[in-house]
Amino acid sequence: MNLEILTPDKKLYSGEVYGVQMPGISGSFEVLEKHAPLVSALKAGRVKVLKDKNNHVSFFDIQGGFVEVLNNKVTVLVEGAVAVESAS
Amino acid sequence: MAGQLKEVRNRIKSVQSTQQITKAMKMVSAAKLRRAQDAITQMRPYSKKLQEMLSNIVSNSDGDMAMPLATDRPVEKVLMIVVTSDRGLAGAFNANIIKLAKLTINQRYPEQYRKGQVAIWGIGKKGYEHFLKNNYRTDATFKDIFLNLTFEHVQRASEAAVKGFLNREYDVVEIVYSQFRNAATQQFTVERFLPIPKVEKKKGDIKADFIFDPSQEELVTELMPKILNTQLYKAVLDSNASEHGARMTAMDKASENANVLLKNLKISYNRARQAAITTELTEIVSGAAALQG
Repeated sequence: MNLEILTPDKKLYSGEVYGVQMPGISGSFEVLEKHAPLVSALKAGRVKVLKDKNNHVSFFDIQGGFVEVLNNKVTVLVEGAVAVESAS
Repeated sequence: MAGQLKEVRNRIKSVQSTQQITKAMKMVSAAKLRRAQDAITQMRPYSKKLQEMLSNIVSNSDGDMAMPLATDRPVEKVLMIVVTSDRGLAGAFNANIIKLAKLTINQRYPEQYRKGQVAIWGIGKKGYEHFLKNNYRTDATFKDIFLNLTFEHVQRASEAAVKGFLNREYDVVEIVYSQFRNAATQQFTVERFLPIPKVEKKKGDIKADFIFDPSQEELVTELMPKILNTQLYKAVLDSNASEHGARMTAMDKASENANVLLKNLKISYNRARQAAITTELTEIVSGAAALQG
């Protein structure tokens, strides 16, 4: 599954991932391989990117935005996003 | 004679130091231009995807959606957002934008202007100061965006404009700015900001069984302000790049002109020097001749 995180200032993330967790407007949800087409609004919170099954994760704090899932390609559009150093 | 020589020498020196400054300014602008161009390229994927998302939603919906930001109403109150630069010495850059803004007011909104219903938000100091001096209705809130050019700052301006439109403080919002073509060419444009042109369903769009969360209508309502934010951000970035491009060309021209000036000055300097030497020689020779005779 391909993930792209875009902000107006730059491309924050781009690459193959196992899954991604996002703070949807009506609750947190996760997108995995072969997810159905989806358009959703995101609220402020933390995006968790699972690079593979072995718990390689990275985090991004966002102010809100949108996500589109189509044909195994996830595009996250966010404003005011910053990468968070993982605590582990 | 010697006095004239010194005068020319001084002028040569002063022209040389001016040329040094214009050359340096050209270099600085070239560097800043590159950075400004980068910023434009960086934001392009974001704004493109945002547009795509909107048309995907609209294409996958049945029937028309209510879009308050896309509703035309009779134009009584006008807001012009005029994007200029903070600094001068960029050729006719700022003058051209201001000229275009005035022309637009005179041609499209003369009625509203007479009633004092045309407000101007100057982004960039030069334009703001000009309109202030000429008794236009100006607002200083957003003039300092270029001091710290970030998306967040621009966002604040565009959100204020959207709010004004929804509260019926303005019936139409236009942006006057300079589109960036390349370093030497800018295209000065007036762009409709609000109301948004209606989004049409397109044939080529992907029909997929999307899950929408929240509803399509709410999504569109959320998306539209974001698209406006990027639109204004793009205008500001474009103007920024244009400004540096314009300054680069202006400074290049100035350095060239300085070269021509220097050449002419050097010729007159050498002429004066030679004349001085000739007179001196004649004096010595005639003095010697007088002694011999």
